[in-house]
Amino acid sequence: MTTTTRADTTNPQQPALDASVIAAVGGAERPRHAGPVGASMTYGWRALLKIKHVPEQLFDVTMFPIMFTLMFTYVFGGAMAGSPGEYLQYALPGILTQTVVFITMYTALTINTDIEKGVFDRFRSLPVWRPALLVGALLGDALRYVIASAVVLTVGLAIGYRAPGGVLGVVAAVALLVLFCVALTWVWLIVGLKVRTPNAVMGTSMMVLFPLTFVSSVFAPPETMPGWLQAFVDVNPVTLLVEAARGLMNDTADGGDILLVVLLSAVITAVFAPIALRLYNNKT
Amino acid sequence: MTSDLAIETSGLVKTFGDTRAVDGVDLAVPAGGVYGVLGPNGAGKTTTIRMLATLLPPDGGTAYVLGHDVVHEAAQVRSRVALTGQFASLDEDLSGTENLVLIARLQGYSRAAAKQRAAELLEAFDLTAAARKQVKAYSGGMRRRLDIAGSIVVRPDLMFLDEPTTGLDPRSRNQVWEIVRALVRAGTTVLLTTQYLEEADQLADRIAVIDHGRVIAEGTSGQLKASVGSGAVRVRVADPTDRPALATLLAESLDAEPVLDSDPASLSFRVADPTVVAGALHRAGEHGLLISEYSLGQPSLDEVFLALTGRPAEETAPATNDPGNDPTRPTAEEVPA
Repeated sequence: MTTTTRADTTNPQQPALDASVIAAVGGAERPRHAGPVGASMTYGWRALLKIKHVPEQLFDVTMFPIMFTLMFTYVFGGAMAGSPGEYLQYALPGILTQTVVFITMYTALTINTDIEKGVFDRFRSLPVWRPALLVGALLGDALRYVIASAVVLTVGLAIGYRAPGGVLGVVAAVALLVLFCVALTWVWLIVGLKVRTPNAVMGTSMMVLFPLTFVSSVFAPPETMPGWLQAFVDVNPVTLLVEAARGLMNDTADGGDILLVVLLSAVITAVFAPIALRLYNNKT
Repeated sequence: MTSDLAIETSGLVKTFGDTRAVDGVDLAVPAGGVYGVLGPNGAGKTTTIRMLATLLPPDGGTAYVLGHDVVHEAAQVRSRVALTGQFASLDEDLSGTENLVLIARLQGYSRAAAKQRAAELLEAFDLTAAARKQVKAYSGGMRRRLDIAGSIVVRPDLMFLDEPTTGLDPRSRNQVWEIVRALVRAGTTVLLTTQYLEEADQLADRIAVIDHGRVIAEGTSGQLKASVGSGAVRVRVADPTDRPALATLLAESLDAEPVLDSDPASLSFRVADPTVVAGALHRAGEHGLLISEYSLGQPSLDEVFLALTGRPAEETAPATNDPGNDPTRPTAEEVPA
């Protein structure tokens, strides 16, 4: 029963896997496993493949921004700044920031889903630098942030937004956003590693992200808010991020704000990356 | 640490809260061939494998895999073993080819070599037709084969197969068995967990029976079966009220203790001498006891358990509460150490 050969493939009851399997196994060379960079790039490639196979996951990345841009401009614009056009000039950098900050939570969702499936065990039993999976996820996420930014900017341009800071200002603003959000992603990785189900991830992230993005200077100048709220807005990192991005896009760049965002990103990474990596390594 | 042992563990312990999922497991798995770990759900099989594959740090005891300590030399262990989990360790969103290319790239193949290796494995595992389909659309048997293919992109010296045939139809099960035999012939040592005595019997050179996180018996399948009795007779009566009478009658003619199943119409015996069975059943007919079904066969896992532990396997398996054995959610109940 075990000495079947290829000639036996005509018998459907006992497919002759044996001989071909032995051949395939025998043909395996033993290359030196991928280094940290190679492995991270490979996991990044996996993130791209997932976008290719499940394009719906870009739905959130593209539809939310379009909706937000149109809704806020036309619904609140007139009331807030006299006309939608004027409000757009104020709000677009904010909407851009909010959009990208919001989609950082999908990182938590992705890692959590991975863990729930057996594929996580497979990856962790491979002889490659373990954090590569997380770094690869970050690379994929950075791409999503860029896509989302492009969507918001396109819609904004189409309905009349003009950036005084020019192309350079806009590119710099997006780069700053991506930098900050990649740092923020480490926090979401921790959430993804700690929380039990993808649904719980969604719930947790909404609870954090809504106040964080709305109670800031994203949609309205803080001067119009009551004092106690202003106190929160002032310490909200999203406010800082919006102000820095808005400065770059409006050609009123504030070097101090930008430096602060870069520093904050570095601090967030320095604090949370080791925690995420530690949790990931000990994840059972 | 002896070099001819693929796995050597001593007093291996893993606890989850109050549960001692693995409670002092000693294993000595020789290199080459298939070693079976047999036990019901929740016995600690999966937890043991996860510790040996460096996915879970042990809470006590020592484990050497291919001569390397699983805690301090995890990297060396990982470069020589492969794990095929109880539920397919695949990315369901990706196609079969992409899954294999991904693993091959991580193992260090160049882009072209990875593609070639993936194609070769898909061909060998009869998956070429489905190569471009997303794994989501695969049947259970196809997933299992792809999963095993993923484990041998680089042929491991030791392969862990966690319940490779649970939930498969007989044809897919036979294919998996063939693959396991082929792997062994290529020189890989296979550690296989299973709930089925038949599977262990078909494949394994030696078997360890695990219950409540402990090894309760170890040996070749012949040795284990000898400890259970040479055969099992199972009988169902047409009318459940006849069961006590039949039990008494058969106990006498078979010279064996009746085992009353939870099914009120069925009972079983372990017999040393299968030749007396036909006569005994005939006598039952003469006494007007109507038998609707009977079978004479190898002892089942239940019977092995009964023989080894004095209680049926089911009682030992509150499976779903055991975090170590619920691999659909390997992380559900566990707190990172």
